[in-house]
Amino acid sequence: MSYLKLYILFLTINLLPKVVFASEPKPWQMDLQPPSGIIAETATDLHNFLLVVITLISLFVLALLVYVCWRYKENSNKVPSKTSHNTVIEVLWTVIPVLILVVIAVPSFKLLYLQETDKKYDMVVKVTGAQWYWNYEYPDEKINFDSYMIEEDKIKDGQKRLLDVDNPLVVPEGTKIKFLITGNDVMHSFFIPSLAVQVYSIAGRINEVWTEIPKGPKTYYGQCNQICGVNHAYMPIVLKSVSKEDYKKWLTDAKLKFANVDNNIKIVMNNEKIIKENN
Amino acid sequence: MATLSKAANHLEHHHGAPSGFVKRWLYSTNHKDIGTMYIIFAIIAAFIGGAMSIYMRAELMHPGVQYMADGHVWNVFTTAHGLIMVFFVVMPGLIGGFGNWFVPIMIGAPDMAFPRMNNISFWLLPPSFVLLLLSAVIDGGVGVGWTIYPPLSGSTGSPGMAMDLAIFALHLAGASSILGAANFITTIFNMRAPGMTLHKMPLFVWSMLVTAFLLLLAVPVLAGAITMLLTDRNFGTNFFVAEGGGDPILFLHLFWFFGHPEVYIMILPAFGIVSQIVSTFSKKPVFGYLGMAYAMVAIGVVGFVVWAHHMYTVGLSVDTRAYFTAATMVIAVPTGVKIFSWIATMWGGSITFRIPMYWAIGFIFLFTVGGVTGVVLANAGLDVILHNTYYVIAHFHYVLSLGAVFGLFAGFYYWFSKMTGFEYNEFLAKLHFWVTFIGVNLTFFPMHFLGLAGMPRRYIDYPDAFAGWNYVASIGAFVGGIGAIIFLIVILEAFVRKRKTVNNPWGQGGSTLEWSVSSPPAFHTFNDLPKIR
Repeated sequence: MSYLKLYILFLTINLLPKVVFASEPKPWQMDLQPPSGIIAETATDLHNFLLVVITLISLFVLALLVYVCWRYKENSNKVPSKTSHNTVIEVLWTVIPVLILVVIAVPSFKLLYLQETDKKYDMVVKVTGAQWYWNYEYPDEKINFDSYMIEEDKIKDGQKRLLDVDNPLVVPEGTKIKFLITGNDVMHSFFIPSLAVQVYSIAGRINEVWTEIPKGPKTYYGQCNQICGVNHAYMPIVLKSVSKEDYKKWLTDAKLKFANVDNNIKIVMNNEKIIKENN
Repeated sequence: MATLSKAANHLEHHHGAPSGFVKRWLYSTNHKDIGTMYIIFAIIAAFIGGAMSIYMRAELMHPGVQYMADGHVWNVFTTAHGLIMVFFVVMPGLIGGFGNWFVPIMIGAPDMAFPRMNNISFWLLPPSFVLLLLSAVIDGGVGVGWTIYPPLSGSTGSPGMAMDLAIFALHLAGASSILGAANFITTIFNMRAPGMTLHKMPLFVWSMLVTAFLLLLAVPVLAGAITMLLTDRNFGTNFFVAEGGGDPILFLHLFWFFGHPEVYIMILPAFGIVSQIVSTFSKKPVFGYLGMAYAMVAIGVVGFVVWAHHMYTVGLSVDTRAYFTAATMVIAVPTGVKIFSWIATMWGGSITFRIPMYWAIGFIFLFTVGGVTGVVLANAGLDVILHNTYYVIAHFHYVLSLGAVFGLFAGFYYWFSKMTGFEYNEFLAKLHFWVTFIGVNLTFFPMHFLGLAGMPRRYIDYPDAFAGWNYVASIGAFVGGIGAIIFLIVILEAFVRKRKTVNNPWGQGGSTLEWSVSSPPAFHTFNDLPKIR
């Protein structure tokens, strides 16, 4: 193996994990985060299309302004015209924007209904927003746990300030997930940009949203996005997709670690039963 | 002879300004004096609200928490900044200030229809402002955002009386607006000079008429919503309390039914001012006058049926979101008509580039930029990535901070000589424009990038990846702050030098009635009603 190949390999190893395995904001980023899943991809396509349209419109208006300022300045045009009507052009600048809007509306409505139509999903996760942490519940697995941001002074190497949490939401790769989102106190907003997931978490209501986690292990970062008090900036969201085997392993550990209230009660009752039997 | 001159003296005395300070200002029933007080009030509030934003940008300049105690202090600042800028700067400046000054003059009326109601409209504002400032310091301050959503603004989310003070501040400001709106509508409908038909009114008057209707229909809804919030907090009702069978989302609907027309309330008067200025300095009548007037009416009407585009992510049904997407996009059409009509007004004109025209042209382009990002945000499907991010902050600061505020400055420089009788220094005013223009663009353009990258609003601290553009935005805010100081210097210089101006400094383009009277106009502008051909 030549040194060059070695060097390339070295570069790839160093760069790849950062590029591929996390969806998060990058320094000096100027566009949307790279999308994951069909919804986010469609949304990003729509945005990129709109970006072209709005840039062209802005440049068109700018060009017109620059032209009239140059062509009709006092020195170039001493006598102003008296024209104040032109039906044709007034109809044109009403109809053409309508047509542009219709062109925008078609992909926009497609995207909107795409977000609603798919009712098939592989698993359900219930998300509860609270001041100032998230609670994740896996109804099918009977576990739930709280997810807190890692405080700045406890950050370890490689962890991201204001983004990493103690207990991330772990899901298997390549699954369709339905999130049920509710709140415990004030409003919060469950927001993962790269998955195009955002719904308010509101006490007394259960909102739902689905997303497709693509294949391949990856970490998706998000943050609370509805003002919720003093620590609003300190309740990030971390969603980790892992391989099916890793997920099973995690689940076994999690069931021990986060034995929830129901399980606790069962354990207590079992213990009492055992104590009675022994007596 | 003696009796005659005595009678003339008596007449003069009767029609002059009252001599005492209290009589002239506290008891004022004169539309120009009240307008002046509104403008001074708006400038003072602007410096307070602007200083807050510069402090916030200083905090956000670098990652980490630098100057503020904690996130609550940050929330208090965003809340106060938003409420001050909306209720105590843009609205009093554009509507109370320029509206009071020039609506009666432009339609050839001697004063507003209800001069004493005009007085109470203004004098409700200072106590309201005091209550709002108190709400930022008492009991730790109110840190819920200008949208005051419950449950955060409820008794568990915000215990203490800060929130109640803010509610009372909004009550007073709202009452002031409703009274002012009724006054404008009555004045414009009943007090036009002979020959001044509705379709001959200057577009600024049209803009004030539409704005007044929006105020009259929207503000009472806010008043109702915050009263329900008040009783929820203090008297055990459960309008917005989920545990008691209420619904926080009801508040969001009520708030935005007011809140969306409110943003048009802030921008329509600026549309009117820009129309006057573009026409004056192009020395041409406004292109497509009727289209321009009815575009504003259309914006006002459609503005009432798009409110839920602020709520795409609260869990509305998909068909509801589809409707609000479509309705919101419709707004782009009359707005486009206005932009193109302004350019068409300049087309074929003989344009003089005086200071007001700088601001007006700046307004047209920057409002376009803010408008097109509005079209992006209108798409409910896409909004899930952009909702509540800095993209939204960039969008509404482009239409308000670079739209409504540019309209304020445009109007100020357009009518300054008319209101004071003095000329300002053109070089200093130009410097003010360019420094402000560069500053605000540097501040708000990078916010588009931050929003696309996913930075949420109302954050005291952000992940390190957002540091770069935040730094640029903060530098821009400091440049904008220097612009504000130059603005003060422009005013001071004009009042110190006292260069006398003429009745019509703008030449043949200045064709509306205010340019036919003296600068400043007599205490009572018209003793005989002018006849309009």
